[in-house]
Amino acid sequence: MGLEEKLPSGILLTSVEKLVNWSRKSSLWPATFGLACCAIEMMTSGGPRYDLARFGMEVFRASPRQADLMIVAGRVSQKMAPVLRQIYDQMPEPKWVLSMGVCASSGGMFNNYAIVQGVDHVVPVDMYLPGCPPRPEMLIDAILKLHDKIAHEPLGPRRAKALAGQKHELVASSVRFGK
Amino acid sequence: MTDPSSGPDSGGALPDQRRPAPTEAGPGVVKRGSFGANGSGDTSGFGGLVRRPWSPAPAERPYGEPFDEVTDALVAAYPGSGEAITKVVVDRGELTFHVRREHLVDLCRTLRDDPGLRFELCSSVSGVDYLGTPDRLHSVYHLTSMTYRRRLRLEVSVSTEDPHVPSVTSVYPTADWQERETYDMFGIVYDGHPALTRILMPDDWDGFPQRKDYPLGGVPVEYKGAMIPPPDERRSYT
Repeated sequence: MGLEEKLPSGILLTSVEKLVNWSRKSSLWPATFGLACCAIEMMTSGGPRYDLARFGMEVFRASPRQADLMIVAGRVSQKMAPVLRQIYDQMPEPKWVLSMGVCASSGGMFNNYAIVQGVDHVVPVDMYLPGCPPRPEMLIDAILKLHDKIAHEPLGPRRAKALAGQKHELVASSVRFGK
Repeated sequence: MTDPSSGPDSGGALPDQRRPAPTEAGPGVVKRGSFGANGSGDTSGFGGLVRRPWSPAPAERPYGEPFDEVTDALVAAYPGSGEAITKVVVDRGELTFHVRREHLVDLCRTLRDDPGLRFELCSSVSGVDYLGTPDRLHSVYHLTSMTYRRRLRLEVSVSTEDPHVPSVTSVYPTADWQERETYDMFGIVYDGHPALTRILMPDDWDGFPQRKDYPLGGVPVEYKGAMIPPPDERRSYT
């Protein structure tokens, strides 16, 4: 409170939570999961006119091991669903999923045997973006809303309190599965 | 195409060959109504719609210019063509041979290799399901001759109880994945295929989706407060 007035200029104070969340959202690297037509709009968003590089997201990592955000852009068929799950599992924590377009959000216009009716049957989704396809501006809006969500993510004791009622404990896999 | 000297019954701008052939009752079931509306209660008029299955009538000799040449060359090159080819159809400028499955591979080899025929390219192998007939599954081969610039269609019919057709991959290697797709979607088993597995659906899928009695498989969708059923279950008043 009164501490900041007494410090020399050029020093900012913040909390670890705010700093970590800010660094996570400022450089959120997407994994390429462009499946169908929405992939074209995703590519356009990365292009010069609707630049994603201004948000630090121009590097679409081909390897899921280096990615934070999986943008599921396009319809997921029954044959593709296990592949999608495997790519999601290969991403390290913290990770987020943005289902882009109506086909990824709910099956879209394809209400039939071949298409998974919503990618949330396969992976947990943090942001749903409708549209067929959503314009690049809509994708950027969804990404900014996701940035907002990441910026307000509780960490530390607030997180433990927020997740208190949930079933899984945040135990490191080396501890849970180690001898 | 707009020939001012053509008579009043020339069928408009279509040249003779492109005109549709006369039809006869064809394979398949009668389709009534639209979207499952039948019985009373449907005042839209869609329930009165009746579509009877039809198919082009077998063609009489002479077939028309390029088709006669092809048929004569085939009869000369393949001695068993009398029993191999059950029906010849010339419709809208396209020639179709309905073939018995035992003769399929040899006929294809002749069509590919004979200098007068030279149908080197197998453009497509696909399937059709005429629900309601005994041999309801048809395996359709589209062959293209690049030397003579013409096309041909072969059709083989099998039933669901014995859906076996010899594979033409030994003659046309391009038919490999096409036959896998036809197997996946219709259940036509191609004997002699190097690796006949599902290609579009997951490997452990049950059923053959493009058969006419396979359901669409949609889920009801909530929209503006109501649950909208999938398209094949809508407008049913019974």
